[in-house]
Amino acid sequence: MTEELTLLFSSIPNVLFVIASAVALISAMLTVTRHNAVHALLYLVITMMAISLIFFLLGASFAAALQIIVYAGAIMVLFVFVTMMLHQGESTIIQEKQLYQPSKSLGAAVLCVILLAETLFLLSPLTGEEPINLSIADTAANVSGNIGAREIGLTLFGPYLLLVEISALLLLTALIGAFHLGRRHQESEL
Amino acid sequence: MIPQEFVLFFSLALFCIGVFGVLVRRNLLFILISIEIMLNAVAVLFVAASHYHNSGDGQIMYLLILTLAASEVAVGLGLLIQMYRRTHTLDVDRLSSMKG
Repeated sequence: MTEELTLLFSSIPNVLFVIASAVALISAMLTVTRHNAVHALLYLVITMMAISLIFFLLGASFAAALQIIVYAGAIMVLFVFVTMMLHQGESTIIQEKQLYQPSKSLGAAVLCVILLAETLFLLSPLTGEEPINLSIADTAANVSGNIGAREIGLTLFGPYLLLVEISALLLLTALIGAFHLGRRHQESEL
Repeated sequence: MIPQEFVLFFSLALFCIGVFGVLVRRNLLFILISIEIMLNAVAVLFVAASHYHNSGDGQIMYLLILTLAASEVAVGLGLLIQMYRRTHTLDVDRLSSMKG
């Protein structure tokens, strides 16, 4: 265990990774437990930025930039606009405090910790004393492991061209669906 | 090189926080946010795999997840607005009119 800890703090990228992942986990935990939707969204932006730093540390600079632009930019703007439309000030927060009481979430927390422990136990051949993927990691350590925008573009518009078309279809479907759902129908009783 | 078991642990922990959010919250907006957190956890795993195998395929999958998240948020927020117009609340327990 101490061996792993020294390995963890052996280099500057590792220390940065530990800090970024701690920030991401703490702010994600704060996101799901806030009563005020605006506070939750701000914590979610912090989570996205910490994840972006982790992508950068993993050598995926293009993915890191996309994480900031698309997640922390575009998707968050959608959330914030909807929150602005639906947020009624104090009354919404009082209503939300009735909907979510932290004291009653103990059961779900226990279930999630069990799930995490179980998954880690199942993956312990990967993480234990004899990592079966070490050979791949060793060969990858020889080369840089940095994959830039050029390689991504060549792969995306080469062997994965079908994926681009599927993404276009998916986005078009989502656009039509969102337009239809957002329309103002005649009020019917529910 | 960052040890891969720590990336794995981070991704799993983030996913479990997302599951916790979906289980605990009754507000539809927070359920959507928790789903975003879970999608991000999987994206971290894909980018990490791309890093350790030194190939671009994982990042292509990350691009697909990004597209999926954007469409999911657009449709989900459309449903959320429609629900608020009809019930004037975001409590998912109020949507029980199809209960037999």
